Amino acid sequence: MAKITFITSDNEEIVAEATSGTVMELAKENNVNGIDGDCGGVCSCATCHVHVAEEDFEKVGAPGEIEADMLELEDNYNERSRLCCQIDMSDAIDGVTLYVAN
Amino acid sequence: MKKSALPDPFAQAREAKGYGTVEDQNDPVTMLLRLKDVRKTAKDTKTFQSGAVPGRIVVPSEVSIRDTRQIPFEVDPPMHGEYRALLEDWFKRPEQPTYRESLEEIITELVDEALQMDSLEVMEQFALKLQSRALTLLLNIPYEESEIWIDWGMHVFRSEESALDGSKAAILYDYIDEQIDKAIASLGDDLYSTLLRSEIEGRKMTKEEVKGVMILTFAGGRDTVINAVTNSIAYFAEHPESLARLDAEPEMTTHAVEELVRYFSPLTHMGRVVTEDTQVCEHAVKADSRVSLCWASANRDASTFENPNEVILDRKMNPHVAFGFGIHKCLGATHARQVLRTLLAVLAAKVKKIEILDYKENIEDWEEFQRKVGYDSIRVRFEGK
Repeated sequence: MAKITFITSDNEEIVAEATSGTVMELAKENNVNGIDGDCGGVCSCATCHVHVAEEDFEKVGAPGEIEADMLELEDNYNERSRLCCQIDMSDAIDGVTLYVAN
Repeated sequence: MKKSALPDPFAQAREAKGYGTVEDQNDPVTMLLRLKDVRKTAKDTKTFQSGAVPGRIVVPSEVSIRDTRQIPFEVDPPMHGEYRALLEDWFKRPEQPTYRESLEEIITELVDEALQMDSLEVMEQFALKLQSRALTLLLNIPYEESEIWIDWGMHVFRSEESALDGSKAAILYDYIDEQIDKAIASLGDDLYSTLLRSEIEGRKMTKEEVKGVMILTFAGGRDTVINAVTNSIAYFAEHPESLARLDAEPEMTTHAVEELVRYFSPLTHMGRVVTEDTQVCEHAVKADSRVSLCWASANRDASTFENPNEVILDRKMNPHVAFGFGIHKCLGATHARQVLRTLLAVLAAKVKKIEILDYKENIEDWEEFQRKVGYDSIRVRFEGK
């Protein structure tokens, strides 16, 4: 079981947990504002853009090449940007904080 | 080559130079063929304009047959964002459970009907009906209204003789004018009324603006949905194992829809007008000329997609642009996705086999590129479980 904290652009804090699936799915289930996940998680729509908290970035890891190509054209892109449909829920990311980019 | 296959006519030009050129009514278009160029151009709304003369960014150009600006598609920032914000919530309604249930009823009825028939022509007897009936949900109007649109036939926007037929388009425009007047007389819970109640920049939307949104809603989701539905049926006819797999692993449906949409790319490309002399993929383009973002070519770009010409239903990384990219990405995508997800689920649950009996391909002619986008007609036989 991993616990994730989402902070939306209007500073709402949502804490949610799950053992499987992706972070995007977790965000959708918990109605996190600004995470749409239109494409269902195939790295196509970029509507699940988050910024990983600085202290957690190493835990979450950097985007792969295809994801990075998507991200660099996004508004609000920064060096800690990720598409959260590409982050799997696992114990390895327990406790991380993600800031919704949109 | 399988009957359901959609070959990629752009491969050679995409790899060799990255673009193609098509002559369009004395206003030529440079077609951008590589995924990265298409994405980058779609994002650069300053250099590559959508809000040109109404109809100019469409290829073939519709400048000679319409004056109404389609909204928000033919509007640039910052106004684009104002319109889009008004529409977003409405066009997200397909995710609601009641909407999904109604869609499932519509599709189940059609599949049951098909299972009863000896054979059926999919475009007219299945996809056109499905698209028209599903549109009543998107507009939130009575189901019976779909009968009118079905009676229009496949091509209300173009005739057999011409891809640009002003008199045909007038049928749709007159119909929309009438519906707007009806809604003004008695506001309800439908899309027309919702738009008429909406405020933009502190004033009510005008009739012309409402018409612009409605034309886009009708035009944008007609051929595209019909082709996606028909191509899906053709695909499953030749891949019964995929249908069985979807039945066993329904959680795969979302990925399967994205992959089919990538492979089909129901809209081949969409144009932009260049606002200043610049270059795309190291090719100079002049101010006031047109480029097009070729989604169909981008979606087969081997530098991003492994085995791009194969349908891999559970493809995990699938950064396709079949619904466009950037601020103008398809407004009806949520509806279209829901239509296809439901179609796949119902087919997987009820259908054992589909047999293709006869077909005529629909080949688009972009000069150096001949692209199969679907079928003019395709007759099949459904076999139930």
